[in-house]
Amino acid sequence: MPEEQVDKQVVHASHLNLFYGNNQALFNINLSFEKNHVTALIGPSGCGKSTFLRCLNRMNDLIEGVKIEGNIKIHNEDIYHPQTDIVQLRKNVGMVFQRPNPFPMTIYDNIAYGPRIHGLKDHKKLDEIVESSLQKAALWNEVKDRLHTPAKGLSGGQQQRLVIGRVLAVEPEIILMDEPTSALDPISTASVEELLQELKKSYTVIIVTHNMQQAARSSDFTAFFLNGEVVEYGKTSRLFTTPKEKRTEDYITGRFG
Amino acid sequence: MSSPTKQHDSWWKEGVGKVLTTVSASILILTTLAIIYFIASKGLATFFSNGVSLVEFLIGTEWNPEGAPGQFGALPFILGSFIVTVGSALLAAPLGIGTAIFMTEISPRIGQKVMQPVIELLVGIPSVVYGFIGLSVLIPFLRNSFGGVGFSILAGILVLTVMILPTITSLSVDAVKRVPRDLKEASLALGATRWQTIWNIIVLRSSLPGLLMAIILGMARAFGEALAVQMVIGNTTAIPKSLLSPSNTLTSGITLNMGNTIPGSAYNNALWSMGLLLLIMTLIFILLIRWISKRGQA
Repeated sequence: MPEEQVDKQVVHASHLNLFYGNNQALFNINLSFEKNHVTALIGPSGCGKSTFLRCLNRMNDLIEGVKIEGNIKIHNEDIYHPQTDIVQLRKNVGMVFQRPNPFPMTIYDNIAYGPRIHGLKDHKKLDEIVESSLQKAALWNEVKDRLHTPAKGLSGGQQQRLVIGRVLAVEPEIILMDEPTSALDPISTASVEELLQELKKSYTVIIVTHNMQQAARSSDFTAFFLNGEVVEYGKTSRLFTTPKEKRTEDYITGRFG
Repeated sequence: MSSPTKQHDSWWKEGVGKVLTTVSASILILTTLAIIYFIASKGLATFFSNGVSLVEFLIGTEWNPEGAPGQFGALPFILGSFIVTVGSALLAAPLGIGTAIFMTEISPRIGQKVMQPVIELLVGIPSVVYGFIGLSVLIPFLRNSFGGVGFSILAGILVLTVMILPTITSLSVDAVKRVPRDLKEASLALGATRWQTIWNIIVLRSSLPGLLMAIILGMARAFGEALAVQMVIGNTTAIPKSLLSPSNTLTSGITLNMGNTIPGSAYNNALWSMGLLLLIMTLIFILLIRWISKRGQA
């Protein structure tokens, strides 16, 4: 829990331990995330930040031999409760991946994929959702004349915004981003970062990044992970200027990592 | 840099390799061309030297080359070939693709340890054995269940289904395995169930070209199979009235009759025309596969 003033927290992870078989990857993680803010998870490769992110929409369920202790609550509901509806959870907690991964379909069908699998058939409603999702993803003006062309024809940055639009189309509350710009060029990265500032007005965003400038530029809160533990968590402006922990200071000043 | 002898030495080695590979490739190309030329000249002789009309050959229903005058309607063979090919593909495609999905997505461990060896074994069984099993098990079963003689198109379809199943399954496994993991994850992360992901992303989208290719290669195998089909299909030259009536295929027609004809006679040439037809169909299958794989890449 960040030590500074708390607005409204939607996600709570407490005493979270995660094991891959016999190897423990996360150690007693306690983190809460603020509604309508961007929280960055930083740390060197293999520190557990992506693993933690994937706990929040239970994508780790797909990996064999993963065991989780402790709990994660979203709106006070334990998402690891046996009766949790994973479909509902993943609708509510969207995810954007490291590499742009549009489906091999048209731009329109990519956006409409989520609503369709959740049972929406009405063409007019789908049209509306496609337009509004692309608007929110700041892509509408670039693609409105070629909605029915393959998504593969878009540039990397456009593809990543398309994927963000695809997530928005199922109306999530929380958006997880796993190094969303690491495969993009600087200009595309800037467009995605700009979008982040727009998105946080309506969504709670948790972003994993190994780019510290990106964390400093685009996030409100930052958690620093090291060797499966959270070393420090606080307001980004504070954490990057006056870190409390020696290890945080060493990392953000580039002494290791 | 190196001594003249060494240079000569390496030229010699390079040269040998080049010559060997070029000769191998040339032999292969020449053989293929020779076969095509031979089949085409023999097969076309039916129409040019023996005066059989192409239309009669393709849509005529009476096959009596030894009659006076000889009748050369090969439609029963053509029809038989197409029906058993399409029929076995219709049965084997869903089975094979379903098995492939089970092996890759549902239970990779059983897929790897049990299914993979089973499929390899099925591929290795000679077609005469399939035919023999069909003859001794399937034919009596069909006879007792539906009446008639048992020898039928249905028997041919069932034997071919088992024969092309491993082809379709193993090629489908490859196609499904090629689907990038992050596409599946993206679908699941949007709240799709495992089944929705398998159906919408894997079957209908990512691996569709590969799956179609698997089916077409299976069909090509079914179309060209002679021995096993000939053992169970009944080998009559009438247009089949139902799936239970006996029939014939181009391949079994050739194998059954080729020993009884005199080279150069119209009868013999007509069999070559059937061979030419098989060759053309194979060509069409290959073109289809190329077209699909090209579209799959785009």
